[in-house]
Amino acid sequence: MMSSTKSFEEIRNRAVSEWEALEGSEKPRILIGAATCGRAAGAMALLDVIQKELARHKIEAVIGQVGCIGLCYVEPLISIAKPGRPQIYYGDVTPELAAQLIEDYLVKDNPRADLALGSTGEGEIKGIPRLFELPMLKPQVRIALRNCGIIDPENIHHYIARDGYSGLVRALMDMTPEQVIDEIKRSGLRGRGGAGFPTGLKWEFCRKAPGEIKYVICNADEGDPGAFMDRSLLEGDPHAVLEGILIGAYAIGSSEGYIYIRAEYPLAIERLKLALRQMEDYGLLGDNILGSGFSFKLSIKQGAGAFVCGEETALMASIEGKRGMPRPRPPFPAQAGLWGKPTNINNVETWGNVSAILQRGVDWFAGYGTEGSKGTKTFALAGKIVRTGLIEVPLGITLEEIIYGIGGGIPDGRRFKAIQTGGPSGGCLPESLLNLPVDYESLTKAGAIMGSGGMVVMDEDTCMVDVARYFLSFTQNESCGKCVPCRLGTKQMLDILNDITHGRGKPEDIDLLLNLSERIKAGSLCALGSTAPNPVLTTLNYFGDEYEAHIKAKRCPALACTELISYYILPDKCQGCGICLRNCPSEAISGDKRMIHIIDHDKCTKCGTCLDVCPAKFGAVVKVSGEEIAVPSEPVPVKPLKPVKKDTEATGESPASGEA
Amino acid sequence: MGTINITIDGQEVKTRTGMTVLEAAQSAGIYIPTLCADPDLKPYGGCRLCIVEIEKMRGLPIACTTPVTEGMVVKTNTPTVNEVRRANVQLILADHPSECLICDRRERCGPLDICLRNVAVTERCVTCPKNEHCELQAVVDYLGVTEIPFRRTQRSYSIDDSNPFFYRDLNKCILCAKCVRVCDEAVGAGAIAIINRGYSSKVAAFADKPILDSSTCVSCGECVAHCPVGALMPKENKLPTEEVPTTCTYCGVGCGMYLGVRDGRVISVRGSRENTVNNGFLCVKGRFGFDFIHHPERLKYPLIRKNGKLVKAGWDEALGLVASKLGKYKPEEMAVISSAKCTNEENYIAQKFARAVLGTGNVDHCARLCHAPTVTGLVQSFGSGAMTNSINEFRDSGCIFAIGTNTTEAHPIISQEIKRAVDNGGKLIVANPREIDMVRWAYLWLQHKPGSDVALLMGMMKVIVDEGLADQEFIDERCENFDDFKKSLKNFGLDFVEKTTGVPKDKIIEAARIYATEKPSAIFYAMGITQHSHGTDNVIATANLAMLTGNVGKAGSGVNPLRGQNNVQGACDMGALPNVYPGYQAVVDADIKRKFEAAWGAKLPDKPGLTITEIVDAAGTKKIKAIYIIGENPLLSEPNITHAKEALEKLEFLVVQDIFLSETAELADVVLPGVSFAEKDGTFTNTDRRVQRVRKAVEPVGNSRPDWQITCQLGQKMGNGGFDFGNPSQIMDEIAMLTPSYGGISYRRLEEGGLQWPCPTPEHPGTPILHTQQFTRGKGRFIPLEYKPPMELPDKNYPLVLTTGRSLYHFHTGTMTRKVTGLNVLKREGTVEINPEDAARLGVADGDMVRVSSRRGKVTARAKLTGVSPVGVVFMTFHFAESPANMLTNPALDPVAKIPEFKVCAVRVEKA
Repeated sequence: MMSSTKSFEEIRNRAVSEWEALEGSEKPRILIGAATCGRAAGAMALLDVIQKELARHKIEAVIGQVGCIGLCYVEPLISIAKPGRPQIYYGDVTPELAAQLIEDYLVKDNPRADLALGSTGEGEIKGIPRLFELPMLKPQVRIALRNCGIIDPENIHHYIARDGYSGLVRALMDMTPEQVIDEIKRSGLRGRGGAGFPTGLKWEFCRKAPGEIKYVICNADEGDPGAFMDRSLLEGDPHAVLEGILIGAYAIGSSEGYIYIRAEYPLAIERLKLALRQMEDYGLLGDNILGSGFSFKLSIKQGAGAFVCGEETALMASIEGKRGMPRPRPPFPAQAGLWGKPTNINNVETWGNVSAILQRGVDWFAGYGTEGSKGTKTFALAGKIVRTGLIEVPLGITLEEIIYGIGGGIPDGRRFKAIQTGGPSGGCLPESLLNLPVDYESLTKAGAIMGSGGMVVMDEDTCMVDVARYFLSFTQNESCGKCVPCRLGTKQMLDILNDITHGRGKPEDIDLLLNLSERIKAGSLCALGSTAPNPVLTTLNYFGDEYEAHIKAKRCPALACTELISYYILPDKCQGCGICLRNCPSEAISGDKRMIHIIDHDKCTKCGTCLDVCPAKFGAVVKVSGEEIAVPSEPVPVKPLKPVKKDTEATGESPASGEA
Repeated sequence: MGTINITIDGQEVKTRTGMTVLEAAQSAGIYIPTLCADPDLKPYGGCRLCIVEIEKMRGLPIACTTPVTEGMVVKTNTPTVNEVRRANVQLILADHPSECLICDRRERCGPLDICLRNVAVTERCVTCPKNEHCELQAVVDYLGVTEIPFRRTQRSYSIDDSNPFFYRDLNKCILCAKCVRVCDEAVGAGAIAIINRGYSSKVAAFADKPILDSSTCVSCGECVAHCPVGALMPKENKLPTEEVPTTCTYCGVGCGMYLGVRDGRVISVRGSRENTVNNGFLCVKGRFGFDFIHHPERLKYPLIRKNGKLVKAGWDEALGLVASKLGKYKPEEMAVISSAKCTNEENYIAQKFARAVLGTGNVDHCARLCHAPTVTGLVQSFGSGAMTNSINEFRDSGCIFAIGTNTTEAHPIISQEIKRAVDNGGKLIVANPREIDMVRWAYLWLQHKPGSDVALLMGMMKVIVDEGLADQEFIDERCENFDDFKKSLKNFGLDFVEKTTGVPKDKIIEAARIYATEKPSAIFYAMGITQHSHGTDNVIATANLAMLTGNVGKAGSGVNPLRGQNNVQGACDMGALPNVYPGYQAVVDADIKRKFEAAWGAKLPDKPGLTITEIVDAAGTKKIKAIYIIGENPLLSEPNITHAKEALEKLEFLVVQDIFLSETAELADVVLPGVSFAEKDGTFTNTDRRVQRVRKAVEPVGNSRPDWQITCQLGQKMGNGGFDFGNPSQIMDEIAMLTPSYGGISYRRLEEGGLQWPCPTPEHPGTPILHTQQFTRGKGRFIPLEYKPPMELPDKNYPLVLTTGRSLYHFHTGTMTRKVTGLNVLKREGTVEINPEDAARLGVADGDMVRVSSRRGKVTARAKLTGVSPVGVVFMTFHFAESPANMLTNPALDPVAKIPEFKVCAVRVEKA
């Protein structure tokens, strides 16, 4: 137990020397990225192999499991450091490759520069770039994610050795709560959950609200489809978040807090539980923390995975054991929140920033970002992009820098079409806005939102009407059902979008969508409803022609909407090989050897198998929308082979809407 | 509460702090459409129809949750808000079977007309029972919605008609959640909730089963009463043509209600929002239990026993026979048993008839069997045997100590008030051997052994005294005999108390501390305290506890006996007791006797008469030869009914006046058909001493007559005047003249609402809280107590304790509720509740028929295995003639109050 700053210093010294000993270890060190994402990619199998290989070669090494460093596109990742040499990172590691690396590098001293991603730490190895100089990492600034992928999240000493809890010590020992609030206000930190409300101001409201009992809540109910920033932070560096919560609680005058986390994050929950025990052991949680007189109790509350519980008031209802439904404000949570007491809620990443600000100072933090949007923001970069990953960038960076600089552009030579930010509440921004700086105001002005950090890139094969339909079906399914505009308005919009993507759209539907959107925005109870039309509004705004095509020409320009596409076998190309016929699961193709095959459109389920299996040298199957191709009414003998013009719209596979 | 001035639609409106914009608008008569706001419920903000524009506020705030602030300028009816409102209503309509709503022919269209629009709708407004009083229709009309631009959607839920009283048609549901909220916030049952998300959201009972299968639904129908559309409708859903304000005939809470009348029949009941007792809320019996009024088995003409059979007779013949027979007996050979179900006026007339006409003091009623110890106990301690405080105070109590009351089942509306107190932060302590529903709400549950109440209460008092938590100032100034009492605490060391009660010491200490410090603290009790051979001691113990902590005479505190019958308080007040005249004026007081003799013009008996149990015993020994029973059914309510039946069979002449041919009436020589509460005027006095009007809603069925009229006619035939009343109002005037505590009560004043006695003068506002300045008897008297175990404890032959009580769905001996079909669906038979551990030992499975026997008799009933009953204790209700629990109970009497020990006797249970 540690009860004063003096003993915290002792712990800190111990942690630092342990860390230094580790860095200067005489043994090789192997780190495995073993967050949920790494595990899903096979990290635990690597761990097994590595342990066996080390034993086989009788090598003593330090193996560590670390969090996610963010290079999702090359998971699973390991890094190997030999004593006195830099740490080398390898991606896409298979068990065989792991065994090979141990043999090549640790036994034979060949660092395999051909397989390495990059290196960190002192010194250089020929042929291996510096990891943080890679195009994906170079533009990034890691504040919230400062320790992710670098420290062992289950070892509190690692965190402490890297300035961990120095922010809390500073707050408790040297600052009044008002000074802490002032510092956060000066830092310009805004809520990273999406709405971007100034954090210091929010704390101040809660501190000034009358009442003995106040609550502090960490919102870890990450629910946007495709978002995993908060999970990665909690799995990779839980103490960064916990330290932030304590600092906030001290500033607000709260002695009890909750972490509301979805039950689908078992690893994060496990690590949080462990971290809380470690804090208790070190006197960082409980009564009279570090002898400062400040006491704080923190509990984990698991959510059942309702998207709406990310909304503050619904989240509090859920903690209270009620159905997670938002309630109207006023009263605001700062006045009457959890159990009617003043309550402050911040998102995981916000808390992670708070600890960094207190550790390293306002000026350092505010040095990043723009005038109105200070610091950095993490994003889950996903979709049709070369390098998917968890990234943290200074605010004000342009979309283009993210997509092409960090993300490496669109794969397979396809064209960029849109980027979706902010999840179901956000919007789709087109190519013309690639120069848009990523900050709260610019995104909102463009019709999207910052959101909690989902960022989905779409290419030319994505149908924007279908994307809007996808997000509407998400919000409709996740609507709590309480208020009419959200429960029934999004249902109407979804029905309309379903009609449009099915070719049943009517010309007046666009006006109806616009009208409904406006009223849902104006009339909904909470942000889930009032932002639900955003994906529709932005796609209507930037990709209106796609709606027109669907409604008027019954054509899906991206060839994505199943109901609007048809497959044809081009008579002048079909060689009557029968591959498509044999593979068609619905027996919709007729034909015979050396006879031109024909698709029966009544039977065709548009699975695309024929297109996939038709030999490339023939290229006889095409997917079209809004047009008919003249084909014989029954199989006729094929014509002899001759060169054909490049005039078809045959494409590769269709993008599944679920990828959005 | 400060005044806040705001402007709504250009109109200056004075409001108060804490009001919402919606309330402010409504107070100024400005309509703002809403479908989810309700004065009974917390604001919800779901329908989004009450949006308004407020200067200096962003967006469109909703009126139902926005508090008023000084200088606020509100516009309720702008094109912008109406556009959004209209869209919301159109969205609802697109999803509601409601083509008629926007049809311009709606007014002209009858339910059987073929729809000229020929729309494909499963159900039209004109066939909806809510047509023309549907709130959705009102909103549609206000907004002038004439078209639905959206795609029509249709849910297809099957209709849940499992509940006998109402059906749920979720296809019409607009998800305002009023039903869910009222069930949770006001009733505390939590039987329904919204499940699923998005468009699939719907209101469902547990596991989405039919509501009847929901374990927590209490069928109170509040959901139905609050539904703004036709989704929840009573099965009897015709609209009344007239509504008559009156008071409920069931328990002692005294809920205000409107009887809905159509074609001369009562067809509906609606809670009276103006009545501060229930604020519009009702329980299942009050709202739905009215079928008995028009039940075919109602007695429609007098019956006379001829050749052993009861045969139809005329009134003249029947009354003549009764008058001539009763005229032959000596006063001490006759008795009148009056009724806690009858009005004050009828009880007054009954005891006047007994005393002035028959000349006998043998007049009593069933209060003997419920709250006699309350009177004998509280009179000794405080000077008045009534509930000290008022029902509507307790929501602000700091501590509620509920001992010996299964409030949810027996006094449902008061249990809601207690739950409100808990919601407001009050701490509820429940002392009960059984794990009753209130335990769910309790901060602390003391599971004491049946009959150990004195030990428990004295133990708590010892802690309070030892820890210096007593209110010494109150004791010194307001009370007497404290030192004697203090000495008697010595015998209640916590080791002894723990052993006697079975409650762990630390819980007793905690309870004592909470009760003594979380003021104001209120004690509630019912028959769990009184129905013991030491019931008077139990009552005195509660009074001692309240005085010890100064919890008397203050709002939200006091000692609050919950009376069981609608007018048991009034029947006592009216002197239907052997020892007192109306207003508890002692029979033995010569001055009082002279006053009544002068007023009634008759010579009156100078000694107290016999109590009801003594009357039955005296019948058994043929000392009593003739009894006139008005509206009571001792053959189910008396302890040891085998004995009671034998006794009544020995009578020479038995007259029973009732609305049904009860078990007792079947033994009678003459049966006189009285009427139900719906067919007569009068007053009931509820548990908090509130005298309230009962009003005639329908004509007496058949040839029956109001009970007051029957007794008056007998009085006229047999006496020397004093019974020529034209209506009950005149009787009340005589009561007021002779009864100081009712001195200021008159029908004219009762038109304004109930009056709580004492109300001595026509100007007196009534008394919500007793003993505020001084106790009725002057000083509150501390009375030393000692522990006495129940008279009969389990032994080898009878190893289990039987305790008896009530069910929510039935009332007393079931005379009325057993005639209500729906209530018998909800609870069709008496059960023996037994702990699974005991059952396993006896080889009894859930639903098995078991024989329960005591030294006095045996009954057979179905076993219900439940952890609600502790090990060693079985529980039965006494409502069911098929399994009459009182065949088993012990007639051992409390020496002072003469109440039998219904709550504890020893029994044996065997598989039948």
